[in-house]
Amino acid sequence: MVFIFGSVSFLILLLIAIFIFKEGLPAFKQIGVFNFLFGTEWRPGREEFGILPMIIGSIVVTIGSMLMAVPLGIACAILLAEVAPERVRQFIRPAVELLVGIPSVVYGLVGMTLIVPAIRHIGGTGYSVLAASIVLMAMVLPTVISISEDSIRAVPREYREGSLALGSTQWQTIWHVLVPAARSGITASVILGMGRAIGETMAMIMVIGNSVMIPTSPLSQARTLTGNIAVEIMYATGIHENALYATGIVLFVLILMINSFGILILKRGASTQYVS
Amino acid sequence: MSAKSSHRLAMAFIWGGGAITVLILVSIITYVFANGFQVINWEFLTTPPQGGLSGEGGISTAIVTTLYLVVITTVLLIPPGLGAAIYLAEYATDNWLTRTIRYGVETLAGVPSIVFGLFGFALFVTVLHFNFSLLSGALTLVCLLLPTLIRTAEEALKAVPPGHRDGALALGATKWQTIQHVLLPAALPGIVTGIILCVGRVVEETACLYVTLGGSAAMPTSLLSGGRTLSLHLFYLAMETRAFDKAMGTGVVLIATIIIINTFTNWLSRRFQTIMSGAS
Repeated sequence: MVFIFGSVSFLILLLIAIFIFKEGLPAFKQIGVFNFLFGTEWRPGREEFGILPMIIGSIVVTIGSMLMAVPLGIACAILLAEVAPERVRQFIRPAVELLVGIPSVVYGLVGMTLIVPAIRHIGGTGYSVLAASIVLMAMVLPTVISISEDSIRAVPREYREGSLALGSTQWQTIWHVLVPAARSGITASVILGMGRAIGETMAMIMVIGNSVMIPTSPLSQARTLTGNIAVEIMYATGIHENALYATGIVLFVLILMINSFGILILKRGASTQYVS
Repeated sequence: MSAKSSHRLAMAFIWGGGAITVLILVSIITYVFANGFQVINWEFLTTPPQGGLSGEGGISTAIVTTLYLVVITTVLLIPPGLGAAIYLAEYATDNWLTRTIRYGVETLAGVPSIVFGLFGFALFVTVLHFNFSLLSGALTLVCLLLPTLIRTAEEALKAVPPGHRDGALALGATKWQTIQHVLLPAALPGIVTGIILCVGRVVEETACLYVTLGGSAAMPTSLLSGGRTLSLHLFYLAMETRAFDKAMGTGVVLIATIIIINTFTNWLSRRFQTIMSGAS
């Protein structure tokens, strides 16, 4: 009895895979895997379904957001794990938790009314890859911070004491001893943050403009894989609907690869580190 | 650069990182509250949205739909979630089957909300003919939230000191009696924390509900009527009617709800830790 419940989430994973593949495979068959993945035209009315612009859109905003979130997140993780006194920690940690809790539509709303108009002053409509990256940066920051912090904290005390006893400054200890020792956890935090970034939907729809085009500058509009599904699934029929499920397959496989890689690094780090 | 000055520079960078993180949060909250607070009054909270292009009206039906969805989802989520946690914490031995199940839980936790939505749309809305409804939305949310509940409940069960378990078994209790009368009550605060965490997620989620709940602004009357949660309502206001002031007002209600939920979970989990460390 308990075992049946135990396997329920595995069954759900299986069901998700089955349903999405069942609905999406006809699109791969009819359009062709190559044409679907590398086609640059997405025109459902003319039965042209190429998702390369969306793949590039998703990758570009992910990289854009990580460029900002990684230095910021690691700095904040070091602060929380090593530098800040307890009083400051008790102030920052709830702030990070609240960043996780704020609904993605609220991030989108702030992006639409604050960041998009600001970018409009620089050029374009404001709905852009840049706006999406900034909004996404705030959303993935907690993931980077919490996993990095845990891994820095997990470095044994002897490492710290040994380094300080040799006359290193606190920063030399952090940079040459602690960060290298925690590198697998920090890498994993970046990879899992990327997984979260690629999966984000609503906030992206709200600030990226959703035009099907390969972005040429940070001010260009774009569309993400997630946005492609959400914007069109409600009215799509026939092969168009299949093509959206196929977009889901691409997203599903992409996330599976990224997260498995992240979890693998995290586990290998935990098992090989600190054998003294 | 000398060691001392590079130390100073690095510390400035680290403190800067922390300050910017807090600043991001503070500016989001201040901005939403400053722009949304003036639309909040009794009328806003108790009248239904008018629909149409003006975005007139309040958020009463969105509040009610959110509450309904929280209750339905929690009721459907607890039995399988708790069952799986008990299995993993107390029964599972380390073999390929358990590892497969664990891999399933971990992987499911990383699948994006919109993919759950796509699945819910295919299975619950289309194949099972629940249409766009509270039931479809709740079932989709159950799939989405299972990993969260399983993980927190399993950790809570594992945090119960082994003395409790051994004591009960030594007194002749069966394994199930031990679980039912000793482990579950001891782990209860931790399990409740996990459940409240899931309640928070129901309030936050939008993508998977966007394609399973339908978005009707009317008051839901049964499990099979559609609706819109507060998050979904905010999305429609911002994207379709461009009623940004009302959207900000809805945002204030959402953020206030999340702050209350977070404060409560923090308090509860701190209490749980104190009890557990005191008991061992």
